[in-house]
Amino acid sequence: MIRRFNWLVPYAAGFLAFLYAPALLLPVFAVNDSSVVAFPLKGITLDWFRILLDSTALHSAAMNSVAVAASASVGSTILGLGAARAIARHRFALKKGIIGFIMIPLVLPEIIVGVSMLVLLLTLGLELSLWSIVLGHILICTPFSIIVLSAAFANLDRNLEEAAIDLGETVWSSFRRVTLPLVAPGIAASLLITFTISFDEFIIAFFLAGTETTLPVYIWSQLRFPARLPSVMALGTLILAASLALLVLAERLRRRVASAGPSAPEPGAP
Amino acid sequence: MRLSGSSGLRVPIGAALAAPALAYALLLLAVPLAALAVLSFWTQDYLHLDRTFTLENFRGAWTEPIYRVLMLRSLGVSALVTAITILIAIPMACFVSFHVKPERKPLWVFLVTVPFWTSYLLRIFLWKVILGYNGVVNGTLTGLGIIQEPLAFILYNLSAVVVTLSHAWVPLAFLPIFISLERVDRALLDAAADLGENAASRFLRVTLPLAMPGIAGAALIVFVPTVGDYVTPKLVGGPEGLLIANMIELQFKSANNAPLGAALAASAMLVVGAIAVLILWLCRRHLWTIRP
Repeated sequence: MIRRFNWLVPYAAGFLAFLYAPALLLPVFAVNDSSVVAFPLKGITLDWFRILLDSTALHSAAMNSVAVAASASVGSTILGLGAARAIARHRFALKKGIIGFIMIPLVLPEIIVGVSMLVLLLTLGLELSLWSIVLGHILICTPFSIIVLSAAFANLDRNLEEAAIDLGETVWSSFRRVTLPLVAPGIAASLLITFTISFDEFIIAFFLAGTETTLPVYIWSQLRFPARLPSVMALGTLILAASLALLVLAERLRRRVASAGPSAPEPGAP
Repeated sequence: MRLSGSSGLRVPIGAALAAPALAYALLLLAVPLAALAVLSFWTQDYLHLDRTFTLENFRGAWTEPIYRVLMLRSLGVSALVTAITILIAIPMACFVSFHVKPERKPLWVFLVTVPFWTSYLLRIFLWKVILGYNGVVNGTLTGLGIIQEPLAFILYNLSAVVVTLSHAWVPLAFLPIFISLERVDRALLDAAADLGENAASRFLRVTLPLAMPGIAGAALIVFVPTVGDYVTPKLVGGPEGLLIANMIELQFKSANNAPLGAALAASAMLVVGAIAVLILWLCRRHLWTIRP
């Protein structure tokens, strides 16, 4: 079969090149010594990174983004934990419908989430703030958390939990002392992935932001000014590197739970 | 919450565990959507909101040419993007599923999906850099002496929107197709080969029909969200590339006519929802016909 599908090898290489080529432009223009983001390239400079250090608006937007993303990742992972556990271990009435409903934000256009929450918050007379963004982000992050965590729960050997209960632990203490440590890498992966999603999310944040903005909303406001573009490229390079680091870490954690499951015991495990 | 016996693990706890996520989705998804629906039957005159029930917004949303043009254009763009992403993703999914060693598969899936998680805004913006007047494409072509003047027509039109969206969404189309290929019984492929099918006909008559659920899934998770994208048309679409989502955004933000925006959003959701149901229905019917 391998011989037959050989033409797929160059195809896969081309596919990845197409996927990644645009992102490679970020670091290239971030160090390009020209105020115009265009070819041909001029010399090399670190000025665009230096400009980032001086912008207080950028710093507060970045701090806001970290706070929003941290809150959204904790909130969605807590909601996701319960739902994922229910999916992996329990049967209950209307399970399919309930889970399907919780998962809707996966396919719902973000503009719909943004405007409908905007309408509700304004109808209730609530002020838009960073909290309104957090509320929206928890909604869209929860399905992703559920996907990551239900895989972690599904790979867990349920005999271990039953043994703990047989040995006199309560349901809660066996969860805390047996289950939780075993799915901890999955929880960490969920936290990292939802953090990344929230940190990068623009559409909902754009609708729900009050006077304070997040980093993507700040970047959006900068895109209007051609002179600011090189420093946006520098900022983009930093964001890309940070996102990539978080995702690689999440993937490693996720694979650790996947390989620790009962179906595939870890080779080095005692 | 102490339980006696293993039968107690079944009914109540599962629902209780899912309850917070369900309550959250009800409060912050169902209730806001209902609020949006209610608003779409009201009218707004600058800052004054008139709460008398009217279908005026929907009449406008469905009859005025500008909204109809934008709506049809949005659906067309999303359909095209869906088709392109699926066509590009199928060979890649085949490669990872049939050609990559099992222990390397997670790495490949990770490589394909990573771009989807990294700054959406910047990925869209970079296409402006690529297709721009002095961008990568024009810069390279002039540099090589293939063209004398930069091509102005490659940015700020609908094709730029389609290219940019396809690039942004192809990782998501890949996932469900890959998953459905992973479920294909390899014995069926071997059997087809043993019975004398060549690679192409085996792909068309065995692999592709078995991958249909994944393809339908890909169609759903690309088609539905892309209808709501207003960033891409705004950055690379130019005046002729604006879509329905831009109009919704405009009504909510600068035009200050939230009820009309709500009616447009509700109409778009209805149309997209109907198409989504149609895709699911077609897929199900198709699955019944191929089942022996």
